[in-house]
Amino acid sequence: MKLLRFLWYILFLCILVINSGQWPFLAAGVYGEVSLATDKDSQPAGMTEEQEETAHGTTEIRIRRDEFDEIVGQLQGMKELLINMKQDYESRLKEMQEKIAALEKERIQTTEEVSQAASTAEAPVAGTEEVYIKKEDYDEVAGKLQRMESTLENMESAYDTRLKEIQETYDSRLEEMQQKVALSPQPASPESGTWSPTQPITLWSLGKSYMNISFDGLFAAAGSTAKDLGTLETGGHDPNQRGFTVQNLETTFDGAVDPYFTGQASIIFQIDQDGESFLEVEEAFLTSMSLPLNLQVKAGTFFTEFGRLNPFHPHAWDFADQPLVNGRFLGPDGLRGPGARLSWLAPTNSYTELFITVQNSQGETAHSFRNEEALFGREAVETRVRGMEDMLYTPRITTSFDLTDEQTVLLGASAAFGPNSTGRDKDTIIYGIDMFWKWKSHNAEAGFPFVTWQTEIMGRRFEAGEDSDAGLSDEIMDNWGAYSQIAWGFKKRWVAGLRGDYVDGEDGATDPLGFERWRLSPNLTFYPSEFSKIRLQYNYDDILGNDSTEHSVFLQFEFLLGSHGAHKF
Amino acid sequence: MKLKHQICFYLFLLICWTSTVHAKLHVVASTPDLGALAREIGKDKVEITSLAKPTEDPHFVDAKPGFIVKLNKADMLIEGGLHLEIGWLPNLVIGARNQKILAGTPGYFIAAANIQVLEIPDVMPDRAREMGDVHPLGNPHFLLDPFNGKVVATNICNRLCKIDAANSAYYKNNLNDFVQRLDRKLSEWQKKLEPFKGAKIVTYHKTFSYLAHRFNLHVIGSLEPKPGIPPSPAHINNLIPMMKYEGVKIILTETFRERKTPEFVAAQTGAKVVIVPIMPGGVKGVEDFIAFFDYNIHQIVSALRG
Repeated sequence: MKLLRFLWYILFLCILVINSGQWPFLAAGVYGEVSLATDKDSQPAGMTEEQEETAHGTTEIRIRRDEFDEIVGQLQGMKELLINMKQDYESRLKEMQEKIAALEKERIQTTEEVSQAASTAEAPVAGTEEVYIKKEDYDEVAGKLQRMESTLENMESAYDTRLKEIQETYDSRLEEMQQKVALSPQPASPESGTWSPTQPITLWSLGKSYMNISFDGLFAAAGSTAKDLGTLETGGHDPNQRGFTVQNLETTFDGAVDPYFTGQASIIFQIDQDGESFLEVEEAFLTSMSLPLNLQVKAGTFFTEFGRLNPFHPHAWDFADQPLVNGRFLGPDGLRGPGARLSWLAPTNSYTELFITVQNSQGETAHSFRNEEALFGREAVETRVRGMEDMLYTPRITTSFDLTDEQTVLLGASAAFGPNSTGRDKDTIIYGIDMFWKWKSHNAEAGFPFVTWQTEIMGRRFEAGEDSDAGLSDEIMDNWGAYSQIAWGFKKRWVAGLRGDYVDGEDGATDPLGFERWRLSPNLTFYPSEFSKIRLQYNYDDILGNDSTEHSVFLQFEFLLGSHGAHKF
Repeated sequence: MKLKHQICFYLFLLICWTSTVHAKLHVVASTPDLGALAREIGKDKVEITSLAKPTEDPHFVDAKPGFIVKLNKADMLIEGGLHLEIGWLPNLVIGARNQKILAGTPGYFIAAANIQVLEIPDVMPDRAREMGDVHPLGNPHFLLDPFNGKVVATNICNRLCKIDAANSAYYKNNLNDFVQRLDRKLSEWQKKLEPFKGAKIVTYHKTFSYLAHRFNLHVIGSLEPKPGIPPSPAHINNLIPMMKYEGVKIILTETFRERKTPEFVAAQTGAKVVIVPIMPGGVKGVEDFIAFFDYNIHQIVSALRG
């Protein structure tokens, strides 16, 4: 049996190695053709270049970078010259027009005077000076004026045609140049050159900055039959009081760190019920870009890869608040913390990815684990990590495939293992399965119309330690909860949603945060653009734990400044 | 034990075989037009995957996890650039963990390089979005000018020759052939549209600026008041008399747009609605780059003649 296991292990390694094709000593044997290609590759560089030139024949012209620059410079000079000429021409034209206008005025005056002279020759009006002019003199002046006008017109049209000609030659030459440039091998640009530490790297934009910065503001106005909305809503970013709530002010930085890593950081500002502002580092992590064997490491502090919704930031949610089960098991702010995540992309034709996340199990963002505020009424006795056995381990597997051309499914299963704070050897396990399905029209305009359906079911096994002061004995608490939601983008910019929530009751609960509950939430969202939204949501809460119902209405609004972060599926 | 050895051995062989099946060069193109150009150059030496569907709006493509697998196996990624794919491609590339398609490698090519970009907004970036969903780097629909297809094809050929030097003569031959065919067609199209030089047209979105620029059509307005903002009654009410006054003959719109507004405006102004795909493959049977322009130019010319 041992041998068999060993063989399987070897086989597994082989799969990894072969599919990555990274290890030459094996790959050489397997990839016969490739090794041939590399042989050819190792021909002297000069030869390929020669080939290139002959193959290109007459259609392509190689041009040296400096020559190209010179020509571009010349073209620019030409352009400036043209602009100057045009200005000059325009000013001259204006001058001439002014002259013409003056002459015209003079002519009219003269005509008037002449006619006046003709009609009132015998009775001159006192005060006006009169000029007597011969009829033939006047005709001569008028003729001159007309000739001048026609000359000017000729000049104007000549100028126009010349200008047009010049413009045309300029345009055609510019185009010719561009064609030549395009057909010539690309000039050495930072994009194709080799990297050096002093050179800026921009992975996702042609811009000049080293990182993208964005700011997202998420606010809500709430009305509710519950006096204290804070005991009804489980999320840290949910509307938490009647009136306005600043849900989330998030600044995100992201970009390539160097050829090996990309980095991202999300810093959150919030204003609590007392008007105090506070700051939270929600996420700050780097992701490896070039590990072998289809592996990837993410390290820093980040949302745990558990379930579907947990890694999403509040502004990307389809609802104004988070599902009850997420708030109860994974915590008001979601399950997150400092740690590292290793993931492996299976070398199959459809998408399957394995994750294993190791994080600290302490702090308020590890709600069901070594949280300073222990659950089930216990006093927290263990709040620190002692060794590897006290870390929070979260394995996850996820797979995705297309059902049809228009439908895609993403399935996942996760578990989180870690100690909790109620005793020395007390552990918590949260496990869950999740499903996301999306239909999007073949002819989608701006991503509409679409329908998504997302469901998560989670269970939690919590070993609650003995607390003799509170009179609580050693026991195991099993709880579960689920939500299912549908979003229907029925018209460009409009999305209608419906979510159902259920959580069972926790032992010793004193408010709706721990009671058994049903909740139904319809909503309607309008997106004026990709960068803003307005959402109206109604929550019907059926709290079985104390036989009451509550009604809440939220009006949520969001704006996004700065670069548009890419969406996840 | 012996049997198990054998099973392992055959599994091993199977895995070796599946890995060698992918001896062809894998090229992933973000959009089908880029894919069509790559196909002209690579032909049967290259396997091409286009991520966006030819029928959908290329600004809003779902970042499906399946794309990660395709990018993971790619030898080359062709991206349009000018922020066309900014909403969906970056996370996929991170997820793909493929060194061959990172910036600075021959396997990562931005098609917008060396293109004369139109409509770069001339306002400060902080005000740019007042103009609607404008692209700060300029209009990204540059492949609707067939001339730019030549530029992009040439650059793709250069990259393929770098990645797969053994077949470079083959790629260059294909390029020469393609360029010759395209040149012939380009003058044919220009001749066809010559009688309509300066014809005034209205488009739904600012998609067709490059096409209009190449063939001397004059876009005097769009049904969208601003890029990405759906047509509003006020804007349409202003547009209709303007179109009548200017004698606009056609309203050019993409296959994925709603038809109601263009048809309403057409009925009011006597113009014709011309629905054209913006990607090869957007209409069945019109799969390659040249056939795509043949189709579109034919549609436009016959509407202008009408």
